[in-house]
Amino acid sequence: MKKLIAEFLKGIVKENPTFVLALGLCPTLAVSVSLTNGLGMGIAATFVLICSNVIISLIKNFIPDKIRIPCYIVVIATFVTITELLMKAYSPALDRALGIYVPLIVVNCIILGRAEAFASKNNTLYSLFDGLGMGVGFTLALLLISGIREFLGSGKLMNLMVIKDLEPARLFAMPAGALLVIGLLLGFFNMLKERRR
Amino acid sequence: MWLVTLSLVPAGIAGIYIFGIAALKVITISAVSALAAEFVIQRMRKQKVTVLDGSAFLTGLLLAYNLPPHVPFWLPVVGSFFAIAIGKQVFGGLGQNIFNPALVGRVFLMASWPKYMTTFTTPFRYDAVVSATPLMRLKEGSAPIGATYLDLFLGNRGGCIGEVCILALLLGAAFLFMRGYISWHIPFSYIGSTAVFIWVFGSGNLFGGDWLFHVLSGGLVLGAFFMATDYVTSPLTARGQIVFGIGCGLLTAVIRLWCGYPEGVSYAILMMNAATPFIDRYTQGKIYGT
Repeated sequence: MKKLIAEFLKGIVKENPTFVLALGLCPTLAVSVSLTNGLGMGIAATFVLICSNVIISLIKNFIPDKIRIPCYIVVIATFVTITELLMKAYSPALDRALGIYVPLIVVNCIILGRAEAFASKNNTLYSLFDGLGMGVGFTLALLLISGIREFLGSGKLMNLMVIKDLEPARLFAMPAGALLVIGLLLGFFNMLKERRR
Repeated sequence: MWLVTLSLVPAGIAGIYIFGIAALKVITISAVSALAAEFVIQRMRKQKVTVLDGSAFLTGLLLAYNLPPHVPFWLPVVGSFFAIAIGKQVFGGLGQNIFNPALVGRVFLMASWPKYMTTFTTPFRYDAVVSATPLMRLKEGSAPIGATYLDLFLGNRGGCIGEVCILALLLGAAFLFMRGYISWHIPFSYIGSTAVFIWVFGSGNLFGGDWLFHVLSGGLVLGAFFMATDYVTSPLTARGQIVFGIGCGLLTAVIRLWCGYPEGVSYAILMMNAATPFIDRYTQGKIYGT
């Protein structure tokens, strides 16, 4: 049980996919314009990550080593398709806002990375907790980045006006602002790590 | 660094004379907040505080010269802070920065608050009458430019505080030349290539562009003499500096002629700043005997 909790927690702090492993930065840069988008993307990726980790850890012994990556992609693509169709049916607004980045979860390197580095070597239960931890870590990182960007770039949080009188710095709603915020946060977390050592 | 600041004084006085006390306010706020930002960050990083070396003051001053005279007071504060924090200290302080800090600040303000950054006022009307710069009029196409070459040269036009009076800028530049602070390579190749490119492609048919207008308007002279020549962010060798200048000139002309913005000096210099390590690598001097 202790080990399970450790597998879960490592994805949130010690091996956070965005701030420590620096994986999956492309969707992070693209969708982190508002908290709603960040949350939607985080939940979608977490769902795919958990399901693919579980399935891949179950079938790992039947996959020939040479073609394992295409096999992982097929599994991941299945769950991404499920996610995309569900999102289209129940939350069309979010689907429009995220656009191409929902189908692109297929090639999100967090998911493929965990399949290759973890699920193909560990049993199902550990893989489940690893996927959950990584997914939550990714979601929290997205929420942090998109919260900062939405607040500075449009003065809102969750589409609600927070500051009325100050004019927002539009740069933070643009792609350059995403790179800037992620870079500064990476530096900040590295600084914290150095301090602790 | 203080000597470079001294060479910028005539342009500042001209700006204040042309746009009134508002310009002085912007210059003061910008310079003071740049100094404050440098002080606070160096204290936080537990480094030696080098506020008095003049580099932060120069950054603030150059940023103010790149702002319209009637911006709200917080704009130069935010811009200076961004210029010092993100443009310089993030990279490790003076000498480590890739991009010219003052231009980083300007481009940040331009992207964030374009409304304030593109609202210019009529010269010698101190009550903030809004007017477009000559380059903006040219971009819109229809309206007459409304300024002779002499007006452009003396600064009788809308524009940023420090860029309008070419005469004052050239005075300062001459001072820097005489003291050996800058060499001719970057400014001359920059202005020259802009002029040639505009002369060739500036109008519908070849070799008919109004190059003199383009050289005298916008921030070209300020940028070429005072910002492209920044030691830290420009190439080391003479050959590299000429490549750098020509690159700046081409980019400026391309942005002015075919892009959405009326003015391209700051973007051109920043883009060539990014290419500086690359230029340096290919224009290294050859060591004798190798």
